[in-house]
Amino acid sequence: MATRKTSEPFWWLLFAAGGMVAALLVPVHLLVHGLAVPLGWTSISHARMLALAGHPLVKLYLFALIALPLYHWAHRFRFILEDLGLRGLRTPIAILCYGAAVLGTVATLWVLWQI
Amino acid sequence: MTAPRVERPGLFYPKLPATWWLRNANYFRFMLRELSSVFIALFLVVFLVQLHRLSQGPGAYAAYLETLRAPGWIIFHVVALAFALYHSVTWFNLTGVVQVVRLGERQVPPRLVAGASFALWAVVSVVLLWFLLRG
Repeated sequence: MATRKTSEPFWWLLFAAGGMVAALLVPVHLLVHGLAVPLGWTSISHARMLALAGHPLVKLYLFALIALPLYHWAHRFRFILEDLGLRGLRTPIAILCYGAAVLGTVATLWVLWQI
Repeated sequence: MTAPRVERPGLFYPKLPATWWLRNANYFRFMLRELSSVFIALFLVVFLVQLHRLSQGPGAYAAYLETLRAPGWIIFHVVALAFALYHSVTWFNLTGVVQVVRLGERQVPPRLVAGASFALWAVVSVVLLWFLLRG
């Protein structure tokens, strides 16, 4: 088969990085910010949370934590849709999925910028 | 549905009904694993909104935490946590197969690589918990 130039390896790399970040870091954050704090099992004061999130290194961490798994989602969701029979729409699906991840990345930058 | 066949004539696509993944437990587990990414992404969007509320002041932040206390949100986070754990377990199990580690001539057994990944996960989780909950 002739070699075709594609952007596939680039997206796959982001998929792998996002999958690793999601596997290592997401369960703890989900437990703490989604359940433990709202349910009052523990509390993190506004001041402390703000001080934490305002630290440049923590911001960098939060950027990786939020943005990378979005590309992991985009890659998997793209193939879920294709596997469910939407193979004729592969280009629009790819643009929509990766586009949403890029939009999420911009939103993450914007939110972190404001803290 | 014929466009990709013209574009890439070397590939054959079998026709499957959209419910093919309900046929067998392995296909179903595969679909659950793929679906986990949706719940993880949804949680991260909710978390991003939480960070945004944080920057808007103590009042906005407290109001958002109050919203998350609603039963619907708690159910969402319980389901999302289950999917996130499923992703972690399947991901680390696969690292041993995908990432071949060699020591000299010999390959480190995939189960050992997976075990090391699980150990790393445990250490990272404990460190993060300590960091978030101290003081």
